[in-house]
Amino acid sequence: MMLSDFPLFPEAASTMAHQVDALYAFLTVICGTVSILVFILIIFLAIKYRRRPDNQLAQDQEPPALLEAAWIIIPFIIFMVMFVWGAWVYFRLSRVPDNAIDVYATGRQWMWKFQHPTGQREINTLHVPVGRPVRITMASEDVIHSLYFPAFRTKADVLPNRYRTIWFEATKTGRFHIFCAEYCGTMHSGMIGWVEVMKDTDYQRWLAGGSEGSMASQGEKLFQKYACNTCHTNDATGRGPVLAGLYNTTVALTDNSMVKADDNYIRESILTPQSKVVRGFAPVMPTFQGQVNEEDLLKLLAYVKSLSAPKPATVAVESQQSMQTSAGSPLAPGAGQAPQPTTTGKGNQP
Amino acid sequence: MSSLTLHDVRITGAEGSRNYINDEYGALSWLLTKDHKRIAILYLISITIMFLLGGSFAVIMRVELLTPEGDLLTSDTYNKMFTLHGIVMIFFFLIPVIPAILGNFILPIQLGAKDFAFPKINLLSWYLYIFAAAVGLYVIITGGVDTGWTFYTPFSTQYSNTHVIGVTFAGFIAGFSSILTGLNFIVTIHRMRAPGLTWYRLPLFVWALYATSVVMLLATPVLAITLVMLMFERFTGIGIFNPAIGGDPVLYQHMFWFYSHPAVYIMILPAMGVASEVVAAFTRKKIFGYRFVAFSSLGIAFLGFLVWAHHLFVAGISVYSALIFAFLSFFVAVPSAIKVFNWTATLYKASVSWATPMLYILGFIGLFTIGGVTGLFLAALGLDIHVHDTYFVVAHFHYVMVGGTVMAYLAGIHYWWPKITGRMYNEFWARLAALLVFVGFNLTFFPQFILGYLGMPRRYHAYAPEFQVLNVMSTAGASILAVGYALPLIYLGFSLRFGRKAGVNPWGAVGLEWTTSSPPPKHNFEETPVVTWDAYDYPAMMKAVGETQNV
Amino acid sequence: MSDTTLHAHADEHPPHHPFLQHHFEDLGQQHEASTLGMWMFLTTEILFFGGVLCAYWIYRVMYPAAWAEAASLQNWQMGAINTIVLIISSLTMALAVRASQLGQRMGTVVMLVLTLLFGGIFLGVKGYEYSVHFHEGLFPGAQTFTWHENPALAPQVQLFMAFYFTMTGLHAIHMVIGAGLLLWFIRRAWRGDFGPEYYAPVEIMGLYWHFVDIVWIFLFPFLYLIHSAGGHHG
Repeated sequence: MMLSDFPLFPEAASTMAHQVDALYAFLTVICGTVSILVFILIIFLAIKYRRRPDNQLAQDQEPPALLEAAWIIIPFIIFMVMFVWGAWVYFRLSRVPDNAIDVYATGRQWMWKFQHPTGQREINTLHVPVGRPVRITMASEDVIHSLYFPAFRTKADVLPNRYRTIWFEATKTGRFHIFCAEYCGTMHSGMIGWVEVMKDTDYQRWLAGGSEGSMASQGEKLFQKYACNTCHTNDATGRGPVLAGLYNTTVALTDNSMVKADDNYIRESILTPQSKVVRGFAPVMPTFQGQVNEEDLLKLLAYVKSLSAPKPATVAVESQQSMQTSAGSPLAPGAGQAPQPTTTGKGNQP
Repeated sequence: MSSLTLHDVRITGAEGSRNYINDEYGALSWLLTKDHKRIAILYLISITIMFLLGGSFAVIMRVELLTPEGDLLTSDTYNKMFTLHGIVMIFFFLIPVIPAILGNFILPIQLGAKDFAFPKINLLSWYLYIFAAAVGLYVIITGGVDTGWTFYTPFSTQYSNTHVIGVTFAGFIAGFSSILTGLNFIVTIHRMRAPGLTWYRLPLFVWALYATSVVMLLATPVLAITLVMLMFERFTGIGIFNPAIGGDPVLYQHMFWFYSHPAVYIMILPAMGVASEVVAAFTRKKIFGYRFVAFSSLGIAFLGFLVWAHHLFVAGISVYSALIFAFLSFFVAVPSAIKVFNWTATLYKASVSWATPMLYILGFIGLFTIGGVTGLFLAALGLDIHVHDTYFVVAHFHYVMVGGTVMAYLAGIHYWWPKITGRMYNEFWARLAALLVFVGFNLTFFPQFILGYLGMPRRYHAYAPEFQVLNVMSTAGASILAVGYALPLIYLGFSLRFGRKAGVNPWGAVGLEWTTSSPPPKHNFEETPVVTWDAYDYPAMMKAVGETQNV
Repeated sequence: MSDTTLHAHADEHPPHHPFLQHHFEDLGQQHEASTLGMWMFLTTEILFFGGVLCAYWIYRVMYPAAWAEAASLQNWQMGAINTIVLIISSLTMALAVRASQLGQRMGTVVMLVLTLLFGGIFLGVKGYEYSVHFHEGLFPGAQTFTWHENPALAPQVQLFMAFYFTMTGLHAIHMVIGAGLLLWFIRRAWRGDFGPEYYAPVEIMGLYWHFVDIVWIFLFPFLYLIHSAGGHHG
């Protein structure tokens, strides 16, 4: 059998992979040394002091307090090093770089569906460019799944009741595994796929192949289909807040608390609109729970996000900029008196 | 009551007298017994059957995993296999095995008591266990369940079309059995100790069972209420964790792990207690740092309640709660480390016997160390993101649960077998079995660490071809392990009839259980003992007895 | 944690009290063990109800409007009557313990019967409330939940009702078990089992009954009364 058929170490294909591997190596060396020492000590002592006719009874021995203290304190210090290092890697895994491009994912029994802002949709395959951070916003249509990229050393559970995000920056082109890591039913082990990491030029060419229109424009159609636009008008006259410029700003609610209008807030406001009502508005919006599926929700989200983009642009580039504009003023225009122009998301077809 | 010296107590147990086995005859005398020793035997039989059942599921899984394609079983069958393996092994084997068999038999004797405080409740626990097992078997026969032993919602409540209510009901009942056992243990340890048996004279097995019982009492009811809510949701179709009406499935995971993380300490703490007993007996030495070992049990029980969310690092908890739970998870590793170092230090300048129980415990210390340090990998946040829900986790908890608990159980059953049955087993076969278990275990589970880091997810019926070599190694190891587990069934059974008589104290050990006859009389002691010595006081015993048997 | 637990009192009880179990040294030890056992059991009960209360509270924070709406759907007068009934039953239970300590056979029986009676009233009122909720379409489930007065809040109101039935149902089961135990205790008290030397079982029964009452003291405000909080719109 060839050695390549029998790997002992996974391929490292993202910026984070080497950092996780370094932490793994550190822990392996420390823990391996300790384990081997314990093994050697046990075997050595068990042989040296084995029971013999002249060794029928153990010798008296008072435990030195210093020794006990040493093997409490020294491991603890080592543990704290592990903790800090692990937390540091975790922070970097959790914090999405500002310039990440967006991909949307939906998990369902038993497939992964990916949508790109430009409108491309794919199942169980994900095309991403090399050398650029990619943020995946994801939700589940049914049970809990977990999107796992072993070569990128990252995974996150995909939940049916809110969005999770995950990010990576691939460092080499090629095909790498996608697994579902959270048990999800009969074909759990078949809920797998490949991530295709491409050169940026190839990726742009691939993106240009779509035809359905961008996610935001599809979302706009849904916005009209569900008659959202009758209340969420472009000026402050509607019964609902103006959505332009809203994304990632802070909003004041009727109970005087503040909430950041992020992905999950927008999702919650569509599905359970009365749980966090914006100050100055009556709780009159009906629930859309069970009426909008996860893929359409993501399109609506993409549309609402596009309303906060600074100017019309090609979407592949725009999604980077939309993050930069999202700082938002600390004082929320809760009732939606946003001064910005309100119709920026339209007509973004490539 | 007169004050007996060790020497006096040692010779009071006369051979050939009436004991708990021959005191009464007939099936009813067993099924309606209130004698803790007989109840322990009832548990021994029923838990062994459940172990064989759970083990057979594992064998089927390992055979399936010989090839990357899912060719032997359908996906549904495979999913049922790992679910049932988990449920049977955790709820019906690992949780009760040491407390209900060894604890039931030995604890009252180690306390110098005639029985538990509540003998009827003790019998009731066994009947609850049997009822739960019967419900579980009914579920298995009528089609099984495929949710994984964790019953994660909304899969378990909304999507699975298997017998979720039946099996969660079985878990609920089994939980009651374990609550009642824990309750009995705590009250007995508080109220039934022999005169002179102060807390610091208690054997470490008692300390460990005390800590275990605290966890049983405080954690199990939370599982019970969680399963009630799960059953409610499954029954009405609408419930507390259902996202469709605003429920949060992650809340289920919090509540489940609030029990199930402490539950791993229910499984490992008694094993640590057995390890302390066996190390002391086969080194003829007081456990190094007795008080540290005793209090580390309580420390583990306490800290075990504060770390549950480390099972949820990728499930969607906030960065800050992840940090807190990771930090506390490193804390809980400290008392475990204390125990390992103290057991190892006890060997220094000892008189180490290589008898079978000691071989198992030496293996236990090594394997538990590996299981423990790999837990650090999982507590290190950045690393857990990669290895969570992979075979790395599978390998880690099998090192703790099988390399730890099962090894210690085997050590304990060999150690106390002469006391329970009055007979000695064949030492050669026993040592061979210990060796096979050790080798087979490592060959089965060590490759799974590598598989996990390579990225092979858990609960996969079919897998990527590059994982095959390690899986074949694992299956090969499992077949050795199976032989290792089958052997004791044979030679221990054989010893019942053909083993030589054990005598009061075949190991030359101290402890009240080694002062009464083997098997013990119905009320454990002819006369209530008065304790005037510390635990594991070998020098005092040696002086009293004068000479020892060479083991 | 005392160092010795065997209690060799100078004034030993008669060695063969009919209710002294063989494995105890004396009635004192037996009494202490059974009381400690009951406290341990109640500790697990606290965690049992604590789990569901905790989940209830988390959702209350998440959905204050729906929680307020749903609480206002409960008949607080019925809840208040039941609260008073249970408090009185706790009093009669306490009097039963006292009567048994004093060796008053008839007093014990009467007080136990009264306790049982009040427990029965509680369950009757609860059953009435349940039937009203069924008719109002408030029982969770695809077919049974037909409440549509406020469609936007309906999903979370259903979530509240899932808690309502789980919590009050578990409480009612505890009441039924308590009532069954009371029947058995009335028989034993009538037979004259209890007296100044041996009243531990009545005392333990009392602990259980008081605990079940206290659970209700928590459930009543949580499920019936707290509906002013949050953004409730009438």
